[in-house]
Amino acid sequence: MNEPLIDLKDITFAYPGAGTPVFRDFNFQLLPGNHVGLIGPNGCGKTTLLHLIMGLVKPQKGRIEVLGQEASIEKDFVAVRQQVGLVFQNPDDQLFCPTVLEDVAFGPLNQGKTPAEAMQIARETMERLGLAGFEDRVTYKLSGGEKKLVSLAAVLAMQPRLLLLDEPTTGLDTETKHRLVHFLQDLDIAYMIVSHEDAFLHHTVGEYYHVHEHCCQLV
Amino acid sequence: MSHLQEPFADSASWAHRLDPRGKVLAAGLFAVLMAAARTYAAALAGLALALILLALARLPWKKVGARLLVVNGFIIFLWLVLPLTYPGETVWRPGPLAVSREGLIYTGLITLKSNAIMIAIIALIATQQVNTLGQALQQLRLPSKLCHLLLFTYRYLHVFELEFQRLVQALKIRGFKAGTNLHTYRTYANLAAMLLVHSFDRADRVYRAMLCRGFKGKFYSLRTFSWQSRDLVFGLLSLLALAGLLYLEWRGAGSL
Repeated sequence: MNEPLIDLKDITFAYPGAGTPVFRDFNFQLLPGNHVGLIGPNGCGKTTLLHLIMGLVKPQKGRIEVLGQEASIEKDFVAVRQQVGLVFQNPDDQLFCPTVLEDVAFGPLNQGKTPAEAMQIARETMERLGLAGFEDRVTYKLSGGEKKLVSLAAVLAMQPRLLLLDEPTTGLDTETKHRLVHFLQDLDIAYMIVSHEDAFLHHTVGEYYHVHEHCCQLV
Repeated sequence: MSHLQEPFADSASWAHRLDPRGKVLAAGLFAVLMAAARTYAAALAGLALALILLALARLPWKKVGARLLVVNGFIIFLWLVLPLTYPGETVWRPGPLAVSREGLIYTGLITLKSNAIMIAIIALIATQQVNTLGQALQQLRLPSKLCHLLLFTYRYLHVFELEFQRLVQALKIRGFKAGTNLHTYRTYANLAAMLLVHSFDRADRVYRAMLCRGFKGKFYSLRTFSWQSRDLVFGLLSLLALAGLLYLEWRGAGSL
């Protein structure tokens, strides 16, 4: 049962045109039920790590295993994305549907749910995040905190087994941060959070890793 | 605060509650008919119809007037050029120029027609959110690529506007003042280029975010519109009115 959710082996990755690689023979494992914080200076590869797991960028070398399955080509990652949710740093990148309900239902519809099912799931997810009544709100007219919560709902509506959050507290006020903390504390799936905010991580994760070129070092 | 507004979209008038598909169809047919009309009878009747629709939509007159002013700003140029260049019987010779009777008649017709179309579009198309319009077009079986282009453009127009305002503010706080000099032109060129680069990057991020949520190239819609009895009434009346316009045009064309 303790098979890792994510297993990265000897990954080497450099962005096209960049001289030095972000990762060189990089190894990392995430075990089930773990709540992990990723820290490190800007540009050390925290976001890149999340994008490698989702297959948004492909390593030049190495082996990626997600949920026990090796993922190397696009088709594998299409399957990964059905079970792993990534919340982007900027919610404006994520919310592109006219209304909140449509945006939250976008993922479930892509998973093959009927419109009625998708709407049901979307409503339930929004309720869990305290977003009941937001269904017909227009996405670009929401406040920053509301956008963040809606983008989280949009990912959770796909019922992922693992959640990845990229700097979830950027631009949030204290009250919304508290809501997020409480929500994550009650969440029963594994998650990994990239953040620069110690206080937030302190309340939400069990262990911290410092992202380096070769590995993630437990702090 | 965004400068992009839809001042006519939210209200509860008769025109606002109609099914968007019916309104789009009626406005489309009306615009085509008006654009093709060649008689004053049809143009005047069309203008009268458009004004009736506008009255039914109960929009703020001032704002409607401001929009029409913009359109008629372009038409002024037609009045400056067409009567002087259109061949026909000369009715007035201001200096070396010659104003033709046919030119005046023709320009007058264009003025009536374009105002009729504009007013009908304000009354029928501007009385719903752009998002609703996009979905109505989708349900009318327009190519989905075009509909998504409209919806995405509209969605991210707001983001770009904010980005643009941020960049302009960044210029202002560093003491930038627009002038007629190379520095200004260079700065504006950089501004435009920056906006382009930002939008390219954003498109990339949006696409990635869509992939993460299982997007496989097909969009599904949650929205359904319901066709009600008032839509039937509106549809029948529109058809009657359009037939009337056609009749006027046909009869007028015979006498020309």
